Amino acid sequence: MRAERGLLARDVVAVSAGPDLFADALVTQGARVTRVDWHPPAMERELAALWRDDVDAANREALARLLAAHQVLIDVRPAIEVIPGMARDLILHAGPPIEWTRMSGPLRGAVVGALLYEGLASTPDEAARLAAAGGVRFEPCHHHAAVGPMAGVTTASMPVFVVENRARGNRAYSTLNEGLGKVLRYGAFAPEVIERLRWFRDILGPALGEAIRRTGGVDVRALIAQALQMGDECHNRNRAASALLIKALAPHLASLDLPPPERARILAFAAGNDHLFLNVGMAACKAAADAAHGLPRSSLVTTMARNGTQFGIRVSGLGDRWFTAEAETPVGLYFAGFGAADANPDIGDSAITETAGIGGFAMGAAPAIVEFVGGTPADALRYTRLMYEITLGENTAYRLPPLDFRGTPTGIDVRLVMQTGILPQINTGIAHREAGIGQIGAGLVKPPRACFESALRALVAERRGG
Amino acid sequence: MRLTRDMEAVPGVSRAAAMMGTPANRALLEDAGLLTDEGSRAAPTDLLIAVAGGDEAAAHAAEAAARAALSAHRAAAGPAGPRPRTLASALRARPDATLALISVPGPYAGAEALKALRAGLHVMLFSDNVPLETEIELKRFARERGLFLMGPDCGTAIIDGVPLGFANAVPRGRIGLAAASGTGLQEVTCLIARAGEGISHAIGVGGRDLSDAVGGMMTEQALAALAADGATEVIGVIGKPPGPSVTARLHDAVSRLGKRCVVHFVGEVAAPAPTLGANVHVAPSLEDCAGAAVALARKERPASTEFTLPAAEVQRLVEEAARPLKPGQRFVRGVYSGGTLAWEALSLLGATLSDVAPDVTGGGSGHRVVDLGADIFTVGRPHPMIDGTVRREWIRKEGADPSTAVVLLDVVLGYGAHADPAGELLPAIDEARAEARAHGRHLAVVASVTGTDADPQGRAGQAARLAAQGVAVMPSNAQAARLAARVATGR
Repeated sequence: MRAERGLLARDVVAVSAGPDLFADALVTQGARVTRVDWHPPAMERELAALWRDDVDAANREALARLLAAHQVLIDVRPAIEVIPGMARDLILHAGPPIEWTRMSGPLRGAVVGALLYEGLASTPDEAARLAAAGGVRFEPCHHHAAVGPMAGVTTASMPVFVVENRARGNRAYSTLNEGLGKVLRYGAFAPEVIERLRWFRDILGPALGEAIRRTGGVDVRALIAQALQMGDECHNRNRAASALLIKALAPHLASLDLPPPERARILAFAAGNDHLFLNVGMAACKAAADAAHGLPRSSLVTTMARNGTQFGIRVSGLGDRWFTAEAETPVGLYFAGFGAADANPDIGDSAITETAGIGGFAMGAAPAIVEFVGGTPADALRYTRLMYEITLGENTAYRLPPLDFRGTPTGIDVRLVMQTGILPQINTGIAHREAGIGQIGAGLVKPPRACFESALRALVAERRGG
Repeated sequence: MRLTRDMEAVPGVSRAAAMMGTPANRALLEDAGLLTDEGSRAAPTDLLIAVAGGDEAAAHAAEAAARAALSAHRAAAGPAGPRPRTLASALRARPDATLALISVPGPYAGAEALKALRAGLHVMLFSDNVPLETEIELKRFARERGLFLMGPDCGTAIIDGVPLGFANAVPRGRIGLAAASGTGLQEVTCLIARAGEGISHAIGVGGRDLSDAVGGMMTEQALAALAADGATEVIGVIGKPPGPSVTARLHDAVSRLGKRCVVHFVGEVAAPAPTLGANVHVAPSLEDCAGAAVALARKERPASTEFTLPAAEVQRLVEEAARPLKPGQRFVRGVYSGGTLAWEALSLLGATLSDVAPDVTGGGSGHRVVDLGADIFTVGRPHPMIDGTVRREWIRKEGADPSTAVVLLDVVLGYGAHADPAGELLPAIDEARAEARAHGRHLAVVASVTGTDADPQGRAGQAARLAAQGVAVMPSNAQAARLAARVATGR
């Protein structure tokens, strides 16, 4: 809030919303004017009810918590030991809640793979029957302080990264990244997939956990800040961040009490996986978003996630309610031999990166990524600049060199999305619609507008009710 | 993958791929049926280009497309970012802003104005069709915070020499104005400038500010600001007659200003009220208000004016216009773009004529004046000072009425107004006259030009163009209305 200032006591410095001719007249008289590219919003009545001091105050606190997050990677543990509410018969998945009958191909495939891996079924058919018959429970990762890319399937014995937000003490969790090709998160359940997961459980997970503990904790916030200045946006491009992570861990991995071939396999796996860091970054973003969640009246978006069928968002002031709509199919470029007809609708919790102000919001840091998702470096800067219009703040820990080291646009406000009509920009991988084929491309996707419309209505109703 | 896209865009190409020759990529190509023997020998540092197509020509065209894409120089990254889409975003770019200009459509204006006030900005609200209750809410909110909410629906102010909304190029000076009137403020500032004085600040508070409902909230605040302003020696107050509950407070406020003051309430020609202090002069017209302000600034006695032209010249103009009129042509028909100017014309017609319409909606079969800038005429359409389309229709309509003797016009110049109002109106005037001639009638046209020679349109040039087409151009709106009344009665 600027100080109260007399109208007549100073030179005119103005902002202008409306036809240009009035602003033009001021400029001819030497006044300084910044013009708003104003468009009439939909749902202006609901919006008018929410441009209020109490909503602003709640948002300031939510944003402060989001920006204050200081995430440190502290461990790798079996999910059952650390994820709140985890159970042997519980399957966590990406996105909003969904039952078996509505799950898309990749998610079903990942569920089947997880049941085989956990020994709850011995054949794919048996696994599918078990899942269809209600023999296991399904819940979103997001309900358990966890996030998972693509299908996001997480079960009891899977090792998970443990990221702690030192600012508030809360923790968040995510599985280990399997790399590309035939992997569970794209719905593959071939024997090699299950075999890799068992190696994660028996060797890689405990080894990473021990190495991380020996480092005393890896400062993930600092690592992301560095990676953004090395060409990553930490969603679709994690090449620099993954290298930085393994650089931090390699000395400790090398000194572990393991047979040399296992140590070599661990380092080779890490060296060959450019998305090794993705899940760590996602857990870090989740830890920040959870810290900002649950402030009554706040219109800050704390979750954007997709289950392959629906896109869902959650809002800080609206508790654990999801606002969902049919997921859209990303627009992008495809690997040789694949096209849009093969693509599954948008899937994965990885939009937590955009929710926390990196990923698509930090495109300006990652000009190389536009070759992968379609577009030009100028587009990348444009995407990032546009996101400042729908966010409440800037993350000064994450600075963008091409924008004069401006902080990344952070903290999506439902009101600003509806006021401007600008939807959040998400970078994403594209999954094949059939289970197990894997990633077939990459591109850009936006949440359905309907998610924000229903959240806006709920904010108005909540405010009236309270 | 960009190369793939470019190649697949070539007619006759069914599939294409361009990848570095790593083992993983070669496997991908093999799965896709795109790996040839030659391709299988590629090294990881080789770029592998594979094309499947209907014929060899298509494949070569695709290869050419890939080579072109590889060698093309991309345009440099674009310059500035997008324009801000919200007031909040604009304030991040302009953190020292003190004022918001809001001219978005009426239904959205209240919300935007409130956002600006909440951010601690003074607001100039040009939008029309803002509901009365919204205006009251905004002004209460502003007053509690010591902020100004100027407007709505009289988009005129000059702050520190800077025109806000519809305003004219006038010199800086020692006369300050508070006006619940848009074109009234323009007329007074222009006449002050023409008399050789200047304006310190002119604050437009909105046409309804002096009503009982709004209670003069912003007028009082403007008076206090002008009283405290060192550059202001004389203060003028302009508006429609205040509501009964506002009158006493306003009289008290102007009497305690500690500065010489002139007030003019449009349509009110009454003598000074006993509740007004000795420092306050009451003027009977906008022109006299300007004249009084100039006189007070020069420490002279204010005087009233009927015509500034010599009496013989006025008589010549009246006779010239009245002589060709047919007996049935008896009425003045005012077609206005400025609300205050329209009301002033109506009230001056009423001073000497009977059968004058009671308001400026354009109704009645006698003398009448329509204000086409009123909210009912501007829903979903630009203001007639910006776009004369509706006004041209009315000029033709009034000209076609056999009882019309005189078409009376205001021509308002300045920032925000049409670039050539005279040029915009003259074709309609010509058509109306041609139509009247076709029916054996002559049509008199009387106008005044509110503006200065420093305005973007230039007053002298606009007046000369109108006069060249036979329009009687008078020095003020009041004189134009008086002349029109005399022409209609043939005196």
